[in-house]
Amino acid sequence: MSEERNFPIGNAILEIKNISLSFGGVKAITNTSFTVLEHEIRAIIGPNGAGKSSLLNCINGIYKPQEGSISFKGKMLEKINPNFIAQQGISRTFQNLALFKRMSVLDNILVGRQLHMSANFLQVALQLPKAMEEEQSNLAKCEEIVEFLEIHHIRDTPVGKLPYGLQKKVELGRALATDAEVLLLDEPMAGMNVEEKREMCRFILKVNDELGTTMVLIEHDMGVVMDISDNVVVLDYGKIIGDGPPDQVRSNQAVIDAYLGVAHD
Amino acid sequence: MTEILFFIEVVVAGLLAGTMYSLVALGFVLIYKASATFNFAQGAMVFFAVLSFVGFMELGLPFIGAFFVTILLMGLVGFCTERLVLEPLLNESEDTVLMATIGLGFVLEGLAQAAWGVEVRRLDLGIGDFPIQWIIDSTGLFISALDLTAGVVAAGLILGLSLLFRYTKMGLGLRAVADDAGAASSIGIPLNNIMLMVWTAAGVVALVAGMMWGARAGVQFALVDLALKALPVLIIGGFSSIPGAIVAGLIIGASEKVLEVYIGPYFGGGIEGWAPYVLAIFFLLWRPEGLFGEKIIRRV
Amino acid sequence: MKSKPVILCYSRNDITNFVVLMILGFAIIPFIVPTDYWYTSILIPWLCLSLAAIGQQIVMGYAGQLALGAAGFMAAGAFALFNLELRLPFLPFPVALGIAGLIAAAFGIIFGLPSLRVRGIYLMVATLASQFFIIWMIDKFGWFKNYDTSGIITAQDIVIFNKPFTTPFEMYLVIMVVVTVLTIFAINMTRGRTGRNWMAVRDMDLAAESMGISLLKTKLQAFAISAFFCGVAGALFAFTYLKSMEPVAFDIKLSFRILFMVILGGLGTISGAFIGAAFILLFPVVLNTFGNEFFHGMIDATIISSIELVVFGVLIIVFMIYEPLGMAKLWENLKLRIRSKFSNRFGGEQKA
Repeated sequence: MSEERNFPIGNAILEIKNISLSFGGVKAITNTSFTVLEHEIRAIIGPNGAGKSSLLNCINGIYKPQEGSISFKGKMLEKINPNFIAQQGISRTFQNLALFKRMSVLDNILVGRQLHMSANFLQVALQLPKAMEEEQSNLAKCEEIVEFLEIHHIRDTPVGKLPYGLQKKVELGRALATDAEVLLLDEPMAGMNVEEKREMCRFILKVNDELGTTMVLIEHDMGVVMDISDNVVVLDYGKIIGDGPPDQVRSNQAVIDAYLGVAHD
Repeated sequence: MTEILFFIEVVVAGLLAGTMYSLVALGFVLIYKASATFNFAQGAMVFFAVLSFVGFMELGLPFIGAFFVTILLMGLVGFCTERLVLEPLLNESEDTVLMATIGLGFVLEGLAQAAWGVEVRRLDLGIGDFPIQWIIDSTGLFISALDLTAGVVAAGLILGLSLLFRYTKMGLGLRAVADDAGAASSIGIPLNNIMLMVWTAAGVVALVAGMMWGARAGVQFALVDLALKALPVLIIGGFSSIPGAIVAGLIIGASEKVLEVYIGPYFGGGIEGWAPYVLAIFFLLWRPEGLFGEKIIRRV
Repeated sequence: MKSKPVILCYSRNDITNFVVLMILGFAIIPFIVPTDYWYTSILIPWLCLSLAAIGQQIVMGYAGQLALGAAGFMAAGAFALFNLELRLPFLPFPVALGIAGLIAAAFGIIFGLPSLRVRGIYLMVATLASQFFIIWMIDKFGWFKNYDTSGIITAQDIVIFNKPFTTPFEMYLVIMVVVTVLTIFAINMTRGRTGRNWMAVRDMDLAAESMGISLLKTKLQAFAISAFFCGVAGALFAFTYLKSMEPVAFDIKLSFRILFMVILGGLGTISGAFIGAAFILLFPVVLNTFGNEFFHGMIDATIISSIELVVFGVLIIVFMIYEPLGMAKLWENLKLRIRSKFSNRFGGEQKA
């Protein structure tokens, strides 16, 4: 990591306080708290089923935690639904790809611009200047993202026809298009080869560096996590067992136990 | 007192008529359990089955003979559906499969009419659609013999099927398939046999429902529209629950009769046509997973 | 694919298509179609049903909501127009037609509400309620039919700027104009933000929501606009094709036919609505002619209509299995193939 950043790590931007979530009787997350700092890259790691994705889904408003609260930029999020959270400036990608399969790459990314567009259906139907201008300016913005992610050659292909790695890229593109202050990335590098992972890391670091976007990412590849993240949260059985800079977490005994599979009491 | 008696009469007639909805819904649930398919064609199967039955009788087959030939035919229809429609659509979305079964419904309706003609047939089961004297004598209730028979037959069928699925090896297999078809077939459960059995059972249920309706209103195309009412029944009962289908059929049957008799006159009648659907909508808002269905948690 | 726009959002290709279709519809057809039969039995119902199919396409093909009740909304539009003409005769026809569409749209919003909670077959059942309820309502409340007891009410004549449009050709012109304008609106919406939001909800609603799309607004909007198109289509259908007002003409069978139009035509394409409508409308005609030509009436007409059902059913299954995007996609593929053959033969200079 370069020492001088365009956007130095700042104060808390996202505070998760005492979140508990269960499905039926199954506890997914138990009384979990941690804080994400502005402009940082924060990794969430942990074994399968530790509750990582559930945690992101809580932040994003897809799941409603039974207990606890989430504050964004010092304000408690009063409504917990994905639409509202998106409006606050938190965007995300999904673990198992949640792209609009029959739409082209460009259209997928354009959907990410949704919150920056306001023409109503009549203006669109009548092709009024407002709708036209808005469409053009947002299209230009999306073309930039397409160039940035080096996916120009597939911009008009329906995403359902693309290989997995490219789809992951498109999903990142769509999240970037929102201009969100916080990006939640759920395993952005899952299923990728070394080359693709390296490329994805480059994009993530570049976005963080150039735009100062705060990133919260779930990742299994320890190498990647140690390389790019500023801080790491470790989850196991829905509880936090480690939180801190990568080096510190790596030497944490509880974390080592969880990963080596020491029996729980 | 007579008012209460009349109310009971309305409810009982509704409940007994409701058993017919239950039967159609039951066929639907069976196929949903085995193939995880919303078989929109179940209504058409009712029409197809009973029209074929009447057709075979007209060809000179005795009652029992026509009954069994029709059941064999329904098994064959099920087999072809599995092979030609559902298997190729194995990995498609629910909506795609649903649309395909709408297509299947039209195929069955068309085939039945092309084979047996379109005129309305009378079906005489030897059971009159008039009140039974001894019930009138003992309780003062006017209850149609046909309604009562339908109720008893439906109850018998439901009981039989439940026992079959609960206590036989086949039934165990079906429950395994309903849970996870892939896993079931990988441990050697004969998927094909189970499918065939389930489709045949659905065919039996369709035939019986068709016979009951046919005996009352004649065997005709309108049966398909009547059978559509099994859909709100399914929504209330849940798609995968046999008791759900039965209870919901009774609820719909009773409530549509009560609404029709007590509220209908204020609107010029005929609210039976849509009341079940509106009931289903309210039910959806309250309990989308159905009476006995499990709450579905969408994972992301 | 996305080609460079020349005027507004339209590419050169779009403009060529538009000009060709307009010349065909307004100049060539009036010259080459001599008999009223073609207008009254083919062109007028085709255009009306295509418009309804666009409505079905918007809610089902674009917004992905499995709705089955287009005919109900058509009936709402038809009887709304009838009553507007009857009770507010001073309203100009185009205005009355628009209001009729809006009334249908209001029904669309009401019966679209369940889409906020349910999907798939659940939604289909919920929308069936609209079908049965609207028809029942019109049937049972005499006011809608002006207390006419004969059961057959004649639709009023279409009069625009004091000029009556009553001959089949004149009515065809009115419909052509309405369908052209509304089709352009539909295309604009589907290509712009509105349609993108619909498709996003269709393809992956959770992700759409996470991008800040309101499911509530988007779904209800799709239902409303869909019902508007159906309502206008139903009004035109009653006033130019049926020429009488009878609720039974808008029964569930018509809803199924419109559903088939979009499924066979191709879900999620505007052209699919026209292609599907043409097929569903023309196939029985062809089948009948064929039956009469070759078997000289030996085959019963009811048998032929049964065969029709079988063929539609089989086609739906076959399309679902092999080409869920329907005939519009087949047509698209065919064009591509011809074009590539063409460019191969001429050394590929066509490639731009």
